[in-house]
Amino acid sequence: MSHTMLQLNGMHVKFEPGQSILDVATNSGIEIPTLCYLKEAAPTGACRMCMVEVAGARSLVAACSTPAAEGMEIWTDSERVHRARKLNIELLLASGEHDCLVCEANGNCRLQDLAYKYGIIQVRFPRSFHPHQKEEENPFIIRDFSRCILCGRCVQACNEVMVNRAISYGYRGSHSKIVAGTDQSYFDSDCVFCGQCVQVCPVGALVERKSRYRGRTWELKKVRTTCPYCGVGCQLWLHVNDEGRIAKVTAVEDGAPNKGRLCVKGRFAYDFIYSEDRLTTPLIKEGEGFREASWDEALDLVATKFTEIKEKYGPDAIAGVSCARSINEDSYQMQKLFRSVIGTNNIDHCART
Amino acid sequence: MFLCIGTNMIEAHPVAATFLKNAVLNGAELIVVDPRKQPLVTFATLHVPINVGSDIAFLNGVMHVLITEELYDKEFVSSCCVGFEELKAKILEYPLERAGEITGVSEGMIRDVARRLAAADSCMLCYTLGITEHTCGKNNVMSTANLQMLLGNMGKECGGVNPLRGQNNVQGACDMGALPNVFPGYQAVINPDCRAKFEKAWGVSNLPDKNGLMIPQMMEGLKSGAVKAFYIFGENLANSEPDIAKVEEELSLAEFVVCQDIFPTETTRFADVIFPAAAWCEDDGTFTNSERRVSRVRKVSEPPGIARPNWWIFKELARRMGHEWQSDSSREIWDNEISVLAPNLMGVKYRRIEKDGLQWPCPDEDHPGTCFLHREGKFTCGLGQFNPVDWTPPAEVADEEYPFVLSTGRRLYQYHTRTQTGRADMDFLLPEETADISPADAVRLGIEHDELIRVRSRRGDVKVKAHVTEQVPPGMVWMAFHFRDACANWLTNPVFDPATQTAEYKACAVTVEKI
Repeated sequence: MSHTMLQLNGMHVKFEPGQSILDVATNSGIEIPTLCYLKEAAPTGACRMCMVEVAGARSLVAACSTPAAEGMEIWTDSERVHRARKLNIELLLASGEHDCLVCEANGNCRLQDLAYKYGIIQVRFPRSFHPHQKEEENPFIIRDFSRCILCGRCVQACNEVMVNRAISYGYRGSHSKIVAGTDQSYFDSDCVFCGQCVQVCPVGALVERKSRYRGRTWELKKVRTTCPYCGVGCQLWLHVNDEGRIAKVTAVEDGAPNKGRLCVKGRFAYDFIYSEDRLTTPLIKEGEGFREASWDEALDLVATKFTEIKEKYGPDAIAGVSCARSINEDSYQMQKLFRSVIGTNNIDHCART
Repeated sequence: MFLCIGTNMIEAHPVAATFLKNAVLNGAELIVVDPRKQPLVTFATLHVPINVGSDIAFLNGVMHVLITEELYDKEFVSSCCVGFEELKAKILEYPLERAGEITGVSEGMIRDVARRLAAADSCMLCYTLGITEHTCGKNNVMSTANLQMLLGNMGKECGGVNPLRGQNNVQGACDMGALPNVFPGYQAVINPDCRAKFEKAWGVSNLPDKNGLMIPQMMEGLKSGAVKAFYIFGENLANSEPDIAKVEEELSLAEFVVCQDIFPTETTRFADVIFPAAAWCEDDGTFTNSERRVSRVRKVSEPPGIARPNWWIFKELARRMGHEWQSDSSREIWDNEISVLAPNLMGVKYRRIEKDGLQWPCPDEDHPGTCFLHREGKFTCGLGQFNPVDWTPPAEVADEEYPFVLSTGRRLYQYHTRTQTGRADMDFLLPEETADISPADAVRLGIEHDELIRVRSRRGDVKVKAHVTEQVPPGMVWMAFHFRDACANWLTNPVFDPATQTAEYKACAVTVEKI
C-alpha cells in the first residue's frame, strides 16, 4: 500500500489513499467531534460538526466526507473551527426540545456532550417550533421528532447497515422529518423493529420505551452476554440498574459475531424473565393440579422414583430431553446424570427437530 | 456469491442476514432456492422456486450440468475428494429433463444456476431447516456437500456448507453430548476407549455401551411401555413436535414425567414433578453459536422464588442417587470437565472468552480458534467423501383428498412456542397465527384476506385466519408453530428421516376449507 503524507495540526502524518481526514485524524489520536458519522455507512457530512480548516480551501470542510490528499495542511482545533462548531451546536440546540432534565438520553447524548465540551451556556437563537407529533404507540421505540437533529444516522443504519429500508428523509426545510414509508408509524410501515435506529441515535429522538424510568445512564452497569434467541449468538450489553434489572439492551460494537447489530428479539424481547408466570418453587402433582414442595421433597421423590424404575425395568426405561436454549454446562450435567448415574444413553435434545 | 437453500434467514437469523444483504449491495450474487418468495428473494439475483421436498433433484440437476459440461473443479475433486465416479454415475441419472420435472423449475434455470456457480470464485452455501426437516433430510445435507465439493468450495473462508442453527445453543447441546450416541466432544459411546476415558473421568464403571434413543423413539417408547420415566428439560414438546394429538397421548402414557423449566407450558401439564429453573441472565455459562463460537453468558440477577440453576438440579439429583460431583459452578464445570474431556474444546477456558468467544476446534490454550473447517481442502476425515444420493418424495404428498402442501417455519416476531416472546410484548407485532395462501388459491376458493378458514390434515384441523400473499405459490399453505390454537403441529406429519429422526415439518398434505 502506498503511503502519502499530509500535515495535521502541524504534525507530518502518513495516510492511505481513500482515507478521509477524519480517518487520518482518528489514526493519529486526534479527536474530531462528530454527530452524523456512522462507521459502517458512507459519510454524508450532514451535521457539519466535524468541520476542519484546510489551508487554501475557501471554507471549512467536513472531515468525515473529505478525502485526505497529498500535502494537505489541516487544522482541527483552530479558533475558526471552534467558532463554527459552537455556532453549529447553538443552532442544533435551538432546533428542538433539547431539555436534558426530562430526556431519556440524558447522560447518553452526543449533543449534550458537545454542548458541555464547547461551553455553550446560552443559546442566542429562538427555539424553533416543531410540527411533528411524538410517536408512542408501540411498546418498543419512542420517536420524539422535537429532539431530532436530522443527522440521518438512523436512516443510514436502517438502509446501509441493516438493509431494512424502512426509513428515509421526508418533507423539506423546517418541516424536514425522518419518515417511515410515506410518513407512517413504525408499526404501519416496513419497519421490522430491529431498533438499530435507536442504538445509533446521538440524541433523545429515538429511545427504548421499556427503559423509561428504569434508571439514568450513569446509574446503569453494563454487562456483556450472549443473546438467548437464534443460533447467531449476538453479543449484547445488558444495561442493568441497581436492582439487578435490565433497563435496556444494546449490541456490543465491534464484538463478534454481530459487530454492533441486533434484531427485534435480541434488543427488545429480554424481559420474559421478569414475567409473573415464572415457576418459583418445585411442584408435585396432586389430583388434577400441583402443590408446592420443597427442593428436598421434590428431588428425593425424583431420585427415588428413578431408582425404582431403574431397578424394576432397567436404566433404559428412563429417557431425557435436554434444552437447546440453556447453557452448555447444563446440557453437560444432564447427559452426565443420564450416562453415569442412571446408566443409559437415552439422552437427546431438539437439534434434530 | 451465496447459494441459500431452505433458509428464511431474514426472519429466522436476522442479524446474519444483514451481513449477506451488505454483501449483495456490494455486488455479491445471491441465488435463493426456496418454494416461497420469502424476504431474501428481494435481494436475489435469481430465485429458484423449487417444489417442496425436491432439493436433491435440483442439486443433482445442477451437478449434472457441472459434470456433463465439465464445469466442476477437477483439481479439487481429484486431489481432495474420493467417490467421484460413484457420484457421477448417480448424477447422470438426473438429466435436466428429469430434474426439471421433479422440481417444477425450468431446465434453463437449473443450467443457469450451475453456470453461475461454476463461474464464481467461491460460493458460500447456507441452509437451515428447509433442508433438514424432511424424511430425506440427511440426504439433502449430503447433496449440498456433494455440490460444494464438486465446485471446490470447501475449506475457503467464503465457501463451505453453512447450516444456520435455529436456537441459541443447539450447537452447544450437540457438542456437550446431549445426543444418544456421543459423549461430549463427539466421542462415540460405542467406542470402548471413549467409554474408558469417561469412566475414569467420572469415577464410574460400566458406562452404557449402546446408542440410546432419539426423541421420536422416546415418544414411541412411552406408548410401547419401553420408556417409563421421561425427564424433559426446557422443551415444550406438546407444541413443538409433529402431530400434537399423538404427542399428548404419548406424554399421558408415561409412568413418571419430570419437567424442568422456567414457565408452566403445555408440556408441564403432563409432569409429576416440576423443577423451577434459573433463566437466561440468572446464571453464568456459555452458549455455542452456528459458527461453533463459544461465548459467555452472564448472570445479572437471582432467579425468582427458590428456582435454582439447572446444573445444580442435576448435581443434586446425582447426589441423591449416590454420586458426589465436584464441580460447583458453571465455570468449574467448563474449565475442569468439559474443556478437559472434549478435544476440540481443550483450548477454550473462561478466562479466554471474557470478550469475544472462541470458535472450535481450539485444541490448546495457545490456539486462536478455527474460523472455517477443511482449510485448503484438507478435510477433517482426510479426503472429502462424495455421497451420491437419490431424490425421494415427501412421505405425504398432495392428492385429491388433501390437495395442498403444508410447509412450516418461523416468523420474525415470535420464537418457537412463544414461551419467551409471548411474555415480552412481541404479540403486539404478531398476535396470532395465519395460514399463508396464494392469491390464486384464495380467488379459486373464494377466500378473503383475514377470513377465518379451516386447514385440515389426516392428523387434525385448525381454524386460522387466511393470509393471502404473493410469497406463497399456488397449491401451498405455509404456517408457523408459535401459537397453540392454530399451531401447525396439529397438522404436521410424524414421519422422520430414518437416520437422524428429524421430522418432516416441511411437507404434509392438507385441505383448505371455507368455514
